Amino acid sequence: MEQNLLLTYLLFTPIVGSVLVLFFKKEQIKIVRWFGLFISLVAFIISLLVYFNFDSTKSEFQFIHQVIWISSLNVSYNVGVDGISLLLVLLTTFLTPLTFLSTWNSIEKNIKMFTFSMLFLEAGMLGVFISLDIFLFYIFWEAMLIPMYFIIGIWGGEKRIYASIKFFIYTMVGSLLMLVAIIWLAVYASDITGKFTTNLLELYKVGPTIPHQIQEWMFGAFFLSFAIKVPLFPLHTWLPDAHVEAPTAGSVILAGVLLKMGTYGILRYCLPLFPQSAINFAPLISVLAIIGIIYGALVSMVQTDMKKLVAYSSVSHLGFVVLGTFAMTVEAVQGAVIQMINHGLSTGALFLLVGMIYERTHRRDIAYYGGIARIVPLYSVALMIASLSSVGLPGLNGFIGEFLILLGTFKSPVLNSWWYTAFAATGVIFAAVYLLWMYQRVVFGEVKNPELQKQLTDLTTREYIVLIPIFIFIVWIGIYPGTFLDLTDLSTKSILQQVSTFTFDLFK
Amino acid sequence: MINLIYLTVLLPLIGFLFNGLFGSKIKNEKVIGIIGSSTVGIAFLVTLLAFLETLNLPVENRSNTVELFTWLNVAGLNIKFAYLVDQLSLTMSLIVTGVGFLIHVYSIGYMHGDKGFWRFFSYLNLFIFAMMNLVLGDNFVVLFLGWEGVGLCSYLLIGFWYDRKFEKGTVPEAAKKAFVVNRIGDFGFLLGMFLIYYTFDSLNFSEVFNKAASFPVSEATFGMIAIFLFIGATGKSAQIPLFVWLPDAMAGPTPVSALIHAATMVTAGVYMVSRAAIIFVSAPTVMMVVAVIGLLTALMAATIGLVQNDIKKVLAYSTVSQLGYMFLAAGVGAFSASIFHVMTHAFFKALLFLGAGSVIHGMHNEQNIQRYGGLKKYMPRTYATFFVATLAITGIPGLSGFFSKDEILWYSYANGGFIFWFIGVLTAMMTAFYMFRLLSLTFYGKERFDHHHVHPHESSSVMTVPLIILAVLSVIGGYIGIPEVFSGEHGNQFHNWLEPVYAPAIAKLKTFGSHTHLEEILLMVVSVALALSAIHFAIKVYTKKPSIAENIAGRFKSIYNLLLNKYFVDEIYEAAIIQPIQKGSEKVLWKFTDNIIIDGAVNGVAKLIDTGSGFIRKIQNGVAQFYALIMMVGIAVVLLWVILTL
Repeated sequence: MEQNLLLTYLLFTPIVGSVLVLFFKKEQIKIVRWFGLFISLVAFIISLLVYFNFDSTKSEFQFIHQVIWISSLNVSYNVGVDGISLLLVLLTTFLTPLTFLSTWNSIEKNIKMFTFSMLFLEAGMLGVFISLDIFLFYIFWEAMLIPMYFIIGIWGGEKRIYASIKFFIYTMVGSLLMLVAIIWLAVYASDITGKFTTNLLELYKVGPTIPHQIQEWMFGAFFLSFAIKVPLFPLHTWLPDAHVEAPTAGSVILAGVLLKMGTYGILRYCLPLFPQSAINFAPLISVLAIIGIIYGALVSMVQTDMKKLVAYSSVSHLGFVVLGTFAMTVEAVQGAVIQMINHGLSTGALFLLVGMIYERTHRRDIAYYGGIARIVPLYSVALMIASLSSVGLPGLNGFIGEFLILLGTFKSPVLNSWWYTAFAATGVIFAAVYLLWMYQRVVFGEVKNPELQKQLTDLTTREYIVLIPIFIFIVWIGIYPGTFLDLTDLSTKSILQQVSTFTFDLFK
Repeated sequence: MINLIYLTVLLPLIGFLFNGLFGSKIKNEKVIGIIGSSTVGIAFLVTLLAFLETLNLPVENRSNTVELFTWLNVAGLNIKFAYLVDQLSLTMSLIVTGVGFLIHVYSIGYMHGDKGFWRFFSYLNLFIFAMMNLVLGDNFVVLFLGWEGVGLCSYLLIGFWYDRKFEKGTVPEAAKKAFVVNRIGDFGFLLGMFLIYYTFDSLNFSEVFNKAASFPVSEATFGMIAIFLFIGATGKSAQIPLFVWLPDAMAGPTPVSALIHAATMVTAGVYMVSRAAIIFVSAPTVMMVVAVIGLLTALMAATIGLVQNDIKKVLAYSTVSQLGYMFLAAGVGAFSASIFHVMTHAFFKALLFLGAGSVIHGMHNEQNIQRYGGLKKYMPRTYATFFVATLAITGIPGLSGFFSKDEILWYSYANGGFIFWFIGVLTAMMTAFYMFRLLSLTFYGKERFDHHHVHPHESSSVMTVPLIILAVLSVIGGYIGIPEVFSGEHGNQFHNWLEPVYAPAIAKLKTFGSHTHLEEILLMVVSVALALSAIHFAIKVYTKKPSIAENIAGRFKSIYNLLLNKYFVDEIYEAAIIQPIQKGSEKVLWKFTDNIIIDGAVNGVAKLIDTGSGFIRKIQNGVAQFYALIMMVGIAVVLLWVILTL
């Protein structure tokens, strides 16, 4: 097979970069910052090369690079992308440089270690999205925990230790079960095909043949791990703590990309590997997703801390993604994929904006603010745009995702009842309540604290550079989503094709 | 010009971007105001030319689609950014851009000196952009884009003076209330769209409506679709039970109340119902619901309007009431009559609001009509135009309101029944009463304001000229829709113009009974006579003997309080819905479920492992003797077991 090294270059750019960071001196703060930004921009440019050379008229994986790694176990370094993973790769490489820029002044402590962690994290995330070998996938999945643990634990807020340990343990519990399932799967493959394999594309042929009862356990082991990462109700309580304690850059990456690894995992592993179980569990999981949508929104509404409010809103938004995935119609799954990107952009922007104001005042409680529209009008406009994107206003990105998900869920033959949509759509109302209420209390009214006059200054050029690219995509996806939907069209269809081939009998 | 219809959307968008991006730097009110107004003015001219072009086309070619680009293309779903130029959308566009332009011009005077002048104009332009998408969109999704867009603009403009107080709360609270209540309606609209897509496999107007006319779809399905869409309409058009936001929307600047909360946006629900006429007529039960809700809203709002003292509140409830008439018309199948009333109402209600704005302007922001009085001589032009508008809304023969309201009343009698007509006339009487109460308390009688602090004055001509133009329209606007009784063989021109849009729906509607012209004229005479008597009574009470009003209020104190407090609907919603959700979310969901149950379980497991390990750790104490002891015990146990099992 013809090898393409582009993805390997992409993956190794942040890895090599993170190692190189270690050779700088501790005092060279400025150089380290610029170096981190530079490396992440190189990664972004490489990912753009991948994008421009990607052929969206083909449904199979592209840019495949396969090297035998552990020949006795038939494990290989095997990477490649389809439309869905490419879109998530782009999201990752797009957000990482922005987070570097956003922490330009706020992170002073041990900048070397921070840059190392961020680049290492980027490599881990890219690895998760491009792995085509389930063993390789697992390594990246676990490796990524370490830098995140440090980012929260070292540069976080007051309760950072509690939050980082909670984050670590929650995710570890899920991962261990997944590891057991991965090993079982590989062994099963050797029984069936005569060779031990961890190649995902081979396993796609094996997974659906697993006897139903065992398959359900396998599905459960994988799903639990992903559901914790998403996070799906009721496994979500690590998220608010992690978000609140993490530094802005951590929150942005956590919300923007890390959570997507859960939903991506469901789409890439749970559905095609265990289609029968996925269909069996779809109603139950959808109900949990809908509870998450409503629950997350309601709890978000009554928060007094801005960051926690945005964190709970993630629970609500990702409920939509999970619902769309398990509706298993083209519309809904396409919506789910685009909603992953949307959430990365709008929640990323919200965390950045909260972070910007926190940098100035060191306060996150809503009650402290009020009337800042007079003091920082441009900031207020930016916060409005990000909120409206999150609310799902037509013309901006959020609407496209939610609309497709709800529409696709409505006609889903798997769920086969429009009560799912009816309940999920109430999220549309609550989203308006919690975001506009926060906005009103923070931005409108009279200036509540005279201190704010002194503390607050409007957006700086650096902050514009961080926000404007995000806003461009917020509008782009809202008005011309074709650019992105066309990319994932065939990949989505081929996943659903895989599901329906093996579950044909279930529909009769 | 039909092909250039997108200019009517594009120009206001450019105006919005220009004033929004550069307005704060330009600072020159003239430049900002002229740019803001001219984009809408040119949009009006384009619409007018498109209208004339369409008028020259043969009837069967009057519906044209202008496609721009594909918006959403996923699986079977294909949504284009396309505009439908037909009789209905042109009528609505003419109202939106025409009245919109006049209100833009008026705002140059009204907002003079405001710090947010540029912001105001950029929002107004954004509103026109969204509203034009709403009326021109050729599918439900573009309509919904406009639908939510106007909601956003309404939110931004109600909250325009975001640091002021409003009644018991603040301006931003009123704005948020409007947005959220609208979103409840939008929830219904969304479900309606999904069900349409599920049933007809399309969201494109022409496809859906053609299939609706020919497909064998059950009445129950049509009923569900129609009721969901109608929920959307009750939100946007302030009908029971979602009308509560509109009175609070008066927190916004008065031109906003005129443009958004009277003339255009609030009629979007009426437009949508009439656009989807074929779906509604296929569900007779829902038609009845629409008519009854419209009628009840009209009556309820009118009763509240009788006792309000804020000049804008009276007009707000009057708007709710008039919107009720429009739904009554739609509900009895008189779709063109409902659009006709949308048009005449846009003229006279915009005029009333702008007139009120002129009064408020001249009275140093005083809005309580009990502190007005005798303003006629200070503001002659405002008075004259306000008077014309009052006559028009009251339904005095010869003015625009007469033709449209009479048509609605007639159809509600012919298709609905006597009781519909009767409540309609009762409402019309109340309308006449509260409007003349307002007129009398404001312009006639004793001057009840403080002469030392308040010096009433007429507004500048940039404000009064739009008033005069609207006054002219309020008078002559009705003549394009003279009922058949008077116009003879040519029939009702307005009706003829719109008829092709509704033809498939009307064909399905079978409830038209046959009635004589004599009946029609008789009912007309009765309703006019009742309105006149109400006017007479109102003028008498409020200019000559205010004591009568006080007596009545005193004698029926409980009813008076009930009306003054708007039937306590806001309080009921607060106690029954808002508080339980808020308290429940905080106490039950967050602090109990999340923090105690889930986190308790997670931390509990951790704790359990911690204590468990702590216990096991004690065994690993590093003392060799202890290990030796344990080993001995172990060996003893094993030996014992071996011996026993031998």
